[in-house]
Amino acid sequence: MKRYSPHWELFLCRMRMFYREPDAMFWTYGFPVLLTIGLGVAFRTKPPDKVQVAIQDAAALSDIRRTLESDQSFQTFVGSVTQCESWIRKGEAAIAVLHADGVEYRSDPTRPDTAIARLKVDEAIQRAAGRTDVVGIKDTDVTSPGARYIDFLIPGLLGMNLMSGGLWGIGFVTVDMRIRKLLKRLVATPMRKRDFFLSLIGSRMVFTIPEMLLLLVTGWLLFRVAIAGSLVSIAVVAGVGALSFAGLGLLLASRARKIETISGLMNAAMLPMWIFSGIFFSSKRFPDILQPFIQALPLTQLNSALRAVITDGASLMSQWLPLSILVAYGLVSFVLALRWFRWT
Amino acid sequence: MDKSAAAIICRDLRKRYVTRGQPPVDALVGLELTVAPGECLGLLGPNGAGKTTTIEILEGLVEPTAGEVQVLGMRWGDDDESLRQRIGISLQETRLADKLTVQETLRLFRSFYRNGCDPGDVLGAVSLTEKRRARIDTLSGGQKQRLAVACALLGEPELLFLDEPTTGLDPQSRRDIWDIIRRHRERGRTTLLTTHYMDEAERLCDRVAVVDRGKVIAVGSPSELIHRIGGEHVIQFGLKNHSANALPDVTLFRDLPSVRNCRTDSDGIQLTVGAPHECIPALVERLGVQRLELTRLTTRHVSLEDVFVSLTGRHLTAEELADKAP
Repeated sequence: MKRYSPHWELFLCRMRMFYREPDAMFWTYGFPVLLTIGLGVAFRTKPPDKVQVAIQDAAALSDIRRTLESDQSFQTFVGSVTQCESWIRKGEAAIAVLHADGVEYRSDPTRPDTAIARLKVDEAIQRAAGRTDVVGIKDTDVTSPGARYIDFLIPGLLGMNLMSGGLWGIGFVTVDMRIRKLLKRLVATPMRKRDFFLSLIGSRMVFTIPEMLLLLVTGWLLFRVAIAGSLVSIAVVAGVGALSFAGLGLLLASRARKIETISGLMNAAMLPMWIFSGIFFSSKRFPDILQPFIQALPLTQLNSALRAVITDGASLMSQWLPLSILVAYGLVSFVLALRWFRWT
Repeated sequence: MDKSAAAIICRDLRKRYVTRGQPPVDALVGLELTVAPGECLGLLGPNGAGKTTTIEILEGLVEPTAGEVQVLGMRWGDDDESLRQRIGISLQETRLADKLTVQETLRLFRSFYRNGCDPGDVLGAVSLTEKRRARIDTLSGGQKQRLAVACALLGEPELLFLDEPTTGLDPQSRRDIWDIIRRHRERGRTTLLTTHYMDEAERLCDRVAVVDRGKVIAVGSPSELIHRIGGEHVIQFGLKNHSANALPDVTLFRDLPSVRNCRTDSDGIQLTVGAPHECIPALVERLGVQRLELTRLTTRHVSLEDVFVSLTGRHLTAEELADKAP
């Protein structure tokens, strides 16, 4: 007689239910890539802004005018005193250089760009007139790959996806099956409950592989986001993260009987992590008093481990603490979920 | 195991549903039932009578509050997996996974059973072979229900539980399901089904247990139950200028030949009789004497519906405030 493996059939069915659902495919794979591209473009590294300078059309200022016009860091406007004043008023120029009893800077000190414009203009004018630095300074450029916003963003988005994928991919699907009475129908067969849970979590782990690769490849192709660590380490961290959130998803879904309930529970669980766990900006920006709470969130730990292995090339061993916290979250929620799980 | 032992025994089965903030609901109040091996027994009763609660307790899906349950000589909680290997279940309402095909769904359910039939054979038995590659969301209601029954048959169960297998189906789909159940019975296997269709119970079941308000109020073969109320025929008639609340006293007709029982119905009078050919001429004569004018007259065989009405005074299909279990 032909042998049928319940693990394999359950796993296959779960895979089919996922890839035949275009919405699920989009939110798991399409949306994160679009988000990465959108944020990557919005926060791309731009050349420093030019300083807008108005210069009075006066013969005495011709040397200064030549100096400023030949410098790439300035955009110059030349005109009468009235014109210069109007440019300042409208905000088209940050500072005006006028000929009075010598040289006069005219600017509005309450505007944020005034101070820097004044410093830069003055520096250029004085240096052209022969001023030298007293202290020797060496400038080091830090806008190198690895320190840009997009480099910070990609691991954060990866973590966010592992979170929402785990919660939606397990939690939502489980409650949907409960509403359809499919769980009740399954438990009415001799199916081993263990097989069911393993297939649910196993298929979720498989879905994370393309999810991770897509984001890393998009980051590399469009924004040259380099991967400093080993792919194995990244896969291990992502795998532990996926398991941890799969456990949480199962826990949230263990009792809920309505889509509204599970949606509410998942949003309540995800909201603090969206804000505090360092997806879009560092969680260190929050006050110290919040840090114990923030560090206790699983996504904070996952993002920090992902950044360490992807950006800094850290070893897996060095990430034992965040990884253990994630494993603990996964295990505890899995055990509780099994205890509370409602089949009907 | 003793082959002659009952397939199902339940004694003094009780189930109380307690919902916070609401008075408790007693779905079962001492239900007694025995099903013999190889028999097809129908639980017949109106919505809310306790049929689904009973079948789900027998299926091991709901815990009874009190009472004793034996299924195939075993008890729930001892070795559920081996018991589940021997029974097949179709729930009242299951929406299988929309995106899976018929074939994939059957393979999945087949994989849970150690022994069983080939999914292809079951497909043929429920006439879904042509639909094997169709996704479930493209099937009609009747096809979905046949698939649900097919899932119950995959493990070649000794005992089949079907909860309202034909509710809401068109006549052809109902007959298809009946054929499946008959074939299962012809193989000497046991079936327990619930229904609120009396014709289904009459055609399909060896015995019928009439369930009302949480207990079995009568058990027997359909013909036994029908005999129990006396006559075999029903004469129904209406009278001109007499609405339902102004009918003449039914005792007026009690002494007509072969009349066993008289009662008023929603829009006329109903007589249960042994010999309509003797009764009808006498009835027409009596009406003439009383100057009552006949508006309609029909005769039919006694049905389980009449049995239910005579046992409870209510109609099986009548809408009532069903104390539906949560």
